[in-house]
Amino acid sequence: MSHDSYNIYPVGVDALTLEIGGIISAEINDRAVELARQIKENPFSGLIEIVPAYASVAFFFDVSMVRKSYPDFSTAFEAVKNIVEEVFQNLAHATRRTPRLIEIPVKFRDRNAPDLDLVAARGGLDKQSVIEIFTSRIYRVFMLGFLPGFAYMGEVDERIAAPRRETPRLNVPKGSVGIAGRQTGIYPFDSPGGWQIIGATDFELFSFEKPEPCALQAGDSVKFYAVDE
Amino acid sequence: MSVEFKKPGILTTVQDLGRYGLREFGINTNGAMDRCAVRLINALLGNAENAPVLEMHFPAAEIYFEEAAAFALGGADFSPHLDDEPLENWRIYYAAQGTTLKFADRTFGNRAYLSIRGGFKIEPQLGSASTNLKAKFGGIDGRKFTKGDRLFFQRQAVLNTKDSNFKISAALLPFYSRFPTVRIIAGSEYDELTAISQQNFLKHDYLISPASDRMGFRLTGEPLYLLDAREMISSAVNFGTIQLLPDGQMIVLMADHQTTGGYPRIGNVVPTDLPLLAQLGAHDRVAFHLISLAEAEKLLIQFERNLNLLKTAVRFL
Repeated sequence: MSHDSYNIYPVGVDALTLEIGGIISAEINDRAVELARQIKENPFSGLIEIVPAYASVAFFFDVSMVRKSYPDFSTAFEAVKNIVEEVFQNLAHATRRTPRLIEIPVKFRDRNAPDLDLVAARGGLDKQSVIEIFTSRIYRVFMLGFLPGFAYMGEVDERIAAPRRETPRLNVPKGSVGIAGRQTGIYPFDSPGGWQIIGATDFELFSFEKPEPCALQAGDSVKFYAVDE
Repeated sequence: MSVEFKKPGILTTVQDLGRYGLREFGINTNGAMDRCAVRLINALLGNAENAPVLEMHFPAAEIYFEEAAAFALGGADFSPHLDDEPLENWRIYYAAQGTTLKFADRTFGNRAYLSIRGGFKIEPQLGSASTNLKAKFGGIDGRKFTKGDRLFFQRQAVLNTKDSNFKISAALLPFYSRFPTVRIIAGSEYDELTAISQQNFLKHDYLISPASDRMGFRLTGEPLYLLDAREMISSAVNFGTIQLLPDGQMIVLMADHQTTGGYPRIGNVVPTDLPLLAQLGAHDRVAFHLISLAEAEKLLIQFERNLNLLKTAVRFL
């Protein structure tokens, strides 16, 4: 049994979130991913979809269907709350499944890396050291959001952590690899964005023609490696 | 079996009731802004509720019928005409081959919907016909319509002679207004607003800023404050979630909203009142009224019941 505190609240009439904690931590994220996985495998009647995030899991449901299937509860919210709470309380502790390891090539040439100088200067490093530090770690995909296929990954070494740009760029090119605080991520499309861009990849994060349109999912492990072209 | 776009309109896209099951990958639902209008006109035509429709903004499209079709319009009133004949929303019409549907003026609202009996022929992508303009998929190649585009019908038009007198009862329509009071339920950070901000939120009205679009409506008005401004990590948000930005102003998430967000969520617009909001545009006003989750759920279930009655009635035409 888990005795940790958690919080369940509505996100509209047709959704609720179970929040495990307000911080970014691999242990908490493991539990969010595991809760999402267990309920996905054994869905309740009326479930539409599940959205795991850093430290929470949201459940979207069909209100009429839930009411019909669980008439003993006063609202669909109460019914779903009861179901997910029970699964959550019985989650085994920190049982991270062996994650997939996805390797992603990154070009760190100047034209792909407009903020590499800034990140290096902040850490008192040269550019090559930033690249070595960045590519030496295996990162965890905490969640997807922002854009189709955009994975929030972490955590980068303190020495290369950098705050978001004060003024976001109007267009960050597709494939740009960025840092924001101790997070890293790749822009799946041309998009406005405020992350510090240190490289670029040709790796396709999103392709709607594929049966699995997004290359990364919450819980995956990611390793970046440097390439010239 | 097609229509041709003589004029594309400023922002005309294919939408349905949204794309579900993929939010965990950051793939947002998209779909019509005014889902009630879409469900009503599709039900009226005897279509599946989720049949693809055209969502138009003003200036709207000019659509030439290369083949006859039975159609219905709903949502905003852009003063529709079939050649020179003025039309009404929420009613079935028959467009003969060679006629043109035009929209003369914006009389009310901001998003008008067109559906035809049998539905437009759109190959669903990732389970939906809705257009994702940012990721460029869904609808027609993930884009808005341009001049000369053609859109095909699922099947040949079937004309029902009783059609012309059939109209959706006003009792089923949303209470559209230029200055609606929209019902909300408390968001997860509502209790963290200062007492004065809680009062202001529900007492004042707010202006829809011109920086509003299908992703979200930015509101301007009396700023609101949390007791203790705190950093939040991202979690899932919903159509209708009211987020409080650091400058004290609100943004209401609409059909193209991102799947996750990290701003405090002070409210959620109840689903049955989203159409009232969806029809607003820049410089319109809105006020909020707080109700309980149980009441909001009742409104939703009641609406579903009424819609089922309409569907049954249409079947016995």
